[in-house]
Parts: sequence; C-alpha cells; structure tokens
Amino acid sequence: MAEVAEIKEKREPLFSKKTLRVIKDPLDDNNPVTVQVLGICSALAVTVQIKPAIIMTLGVIFVSGFSSLIISMLRKSVPTRVRIIVQLIVVATLVTIVDQVLKAYMFDISKKLSVFVGLIITNCIIMGRLEAFALGQKPWPAFLDGVGNGIGYGMILIAVAFFREVFGAGKLLGFQVIPDAFYEMGYVNNGLMVLPPAALFLIGIYIWIQRGRNPKLINVS
Amino acid sequence: MHNNRYTFLFAIGISVITAVILVLIAQQLKPLQEANVALDNRKNILKSVLVNEEEADAVNKAYEVAVEEMIVNSAGEVIEGVKVDDVDMKREVAKSPEERRLPLYIFTAEGGEKSYIIPLRGVGLWGPIWGYVSLKNDFNTIHGATFDHKGETPGLGAEITEPFFQDQFKGKKVLDEEGSFVSVNVMKSTMKSELSSDNRVDGISGGTITSDGTDEMLKNCIEPYLSYFNKLKLN
Repeated sequence: MAEVAEIKEKREPLFSKKTLRVIKDPLDDNNPVTVQVLGICSALAVTVQIKPAIIMTLGVIFVSGFSSLIISMLRKSVPTRVRIIVQLIVVATLVTIVDQVLKAYMFDISKKLSVFVGLIITNCIIMGRLEAFALGQKPWPAFLDGVGNGIGYGMILIAVAFFREVFGAGKLLGFQVIPDAFYEMGYVNNGLMVLPPAALFLIGIYIWIQRGRNPKLINVS
Repeated sequence: MHNNRYTFLFAIGISVITAVILVLIAQQLKPLQEANVALDNRKNILKSVLVNEEEADAVNKAYEVAVEEMIVNSAGEVIEGVKVDDVDMKREVAKSPEERRLPLYIFTAEGGEKSYIIPLRGVGLWGPIWGYVSLKNDFNTIHGATFDHKGETPGLGAEITEPFFQDQFKGKKVLDEEGSFVSVNVMKSTMKSELSSDNRVDGISGGTITSDGTDEMLKNCIEPYLSYFNKLKLN
C-alpha cells in the first residue's frame, strides 16, 4: 500500500475533495445498484438474512477495492486486446482468496454464503468499475472507487436484507425481534419476503424514494 | 498497441503469478479447512443424537468418549481394517448397495442406551446434500437427524439445515407396521398416500427439489444397513 502512494506523480492529499467524491458518489448519486442497476442478481440472492449480507458486502468491498487497485497499477502494461481476461483473472484470484479464507476462519458463514462468494466474480459492478474507472485512473482513486462501489452495493444489500429478515422471518441477525405476543395475536411472517421477488420490490421502493429525494437523479434515465 | 508476442507473454505471466499465489494460499489454509470440516462432521454426528456442542474442545471430548466408529456392508458383516475417515461417502453412494462400505457410528448415552448413526449423502438442486440420521436401539425409531448442503438456495432448499425441518424427524419410524422398510418420506403435507404419519415429514415449500433429494437420500442410505441391524436384533 505504501508503494501506491509513491507512484502518484503529483502529490495530492490522500483525501482531497476530488478523491472524496470518488468514494461518496457511489453511495447515492451514482449508486451501482439503484442508479446504475448493476449487481442486481446477487442483491436478490443473498439478502434473505442480514448476516450473510454483511459478510458478502465485506467480500465485495475487498474484491472490488483490490481488483481496482491492481488493475490500475497494471493499466499501462495490460495489452488492450486481452484486458477483459486479465481483469477476470485478477477478480477470480481475489474471490478465490476470499473463499479460502472464509472456509479456514469463518467456516459457518462460508457454509451459509456457499456459492455466492464464488459468484462475486460475475458481479457486474466489479468488472464495470474496472472497465470504466480503474483502467484510466491512478491506483489510489481507483482503489477508493472500488471500495466506494463496494460500500454502495453493500448498503443496498444490508438495507434490503434488514426488511426481508424482519418481515420474512421475524428475526434480526438470527435473534427474534417480533415478540411472541404478535404471533399469538395472529401475526404471520410474510412468506413473500423470503422469495427473491421481494428483493426486487424492495429495491424498487428504494429507487423510488431515492429519486423522490434526490433532484439530481430526476430525468437522468 | 502491443504486439502479439507481448500479449502472449503477459497472459502467460499473469496466469503463472496468480496460480502460484493461489497455490500458496490454498496450501497454507488447507490444514485449517480440513480441521473445520472434520470438526463439523463430528458436531453433526453429535447433533443427530441431540447432543449440541459448539466449542471445538467440547465436541472432540464428547465425541471421543461416546462415539464408536465401524464399517459394515449390506450383507450385515463388519468390515475390519478400514477406518471411517478413509471411506468417501460420495464414492460409496454411487456404487450399488451390495458393493458399498457402510460407515456406522454407535453412540452410547450416559445411561448406556445406544443409538446407531447413519451417514447420509445425496444430491439437492445445486449440489450435494448430506447429513446424519440416528436410530434408537429398536432400529426403527429415529432419534434425531441433521442435514447440511453445499449450495442449496438460501431461504428455500437451504432450510433443510434449520431446526424446524430437522426436528420433525424425531420419533418418526423407518419401518411400517408390518416391519418392512418404507423410510421416512419427505413430502407435501397435503399429499395423499397410504403411509402412516409415522413414516412421513413435511417437505419445504419452494424447496421441492431439495426436499425430494433428501427423501431419496434417506431411502438410498438407510436401507443397506437393515441386514446388519437385523443381525443385531437377533442377538
């Protein structure tokens, strides 16, 4: 990481206004899930419960941050004709590392996330950011962009997982939050919430609210 | 624009570097991962006889004190000289029942009561499913069952790992009233059949293929043990 800072030709403060925008943009104005509509597939799949969603988020932040960093460091030497394959190799390597580390140190969670860790490779956000940003930027902003997009993605994931777990299972992080008294009065968990379409509805509602509040997004698409 | 030679060399170079990195990491982490899997197996074996231990030391201690391992075959003979760890369930279930080596775990409770734990292995929707089912010493009543899977859909098929599903198996029977093998059948609760309620449990809505896989796995894996159990019954 120390090397990264040295590669920069002009010295800029690490968190200048410009670099801060790179990390903040994906959280709202340019959110990968709700504005760019990328990475929807995994957002539907891993949001049934909040804990896997959190670990998935950390995995995606790690992979997207470091793949952006590595690709940006290699950007001048990568032959353009094979750049997609090179990106894929870097992403796949990082994902495999995440998978192996989870299996060794967080076995239970790795069992829960199962195939979805491997599927980070196919997450459009990561390849999308590598193509659109990391290939043309210096390592530090590229790293921040990767991390920012990872956070932007994870934010939505965790928000969706929150509603799905509370209303679908009456639990949060595995602990029951809806009191037994409610069930005795005839309250029933919403079965739709554990099915993938619920995630789509929730993301739709999120987009609706976000567009209502953020004037920059109106008339964008 | 880079020339072809450079492109090839770059591609080969990056493949070799990433391969080396991955090999090193996999080698480093392998002992930890294997220990996790072995511990998880022991935990599940104990869970199938309703002993719930979470801590590694407690699991190993309980296991070593109470569980005896052995291998039998479908003719009911004990196979000597083979350890259960050497038997790969994935290979065994692919063979015809007569050729299988059948690992069996015998759990002795503190009161001296024995349970017979049968390892299960089958296929779900996306990949393998497995588990353990324990029979009480009447060789008919299920003491407990536990299931696990590689990559079933979370919230749907993956629910076979949840207590609500596994608890249903307690007290169910694998033989019908005449004493012939019918297994515990995983099926829709509304489905009509001649099976008594002792021989059926509810499947998981939205997880039909995983439920069917579990059903298939139970039938396929329990039946070969019956001749050994019949021998024990006679003694």
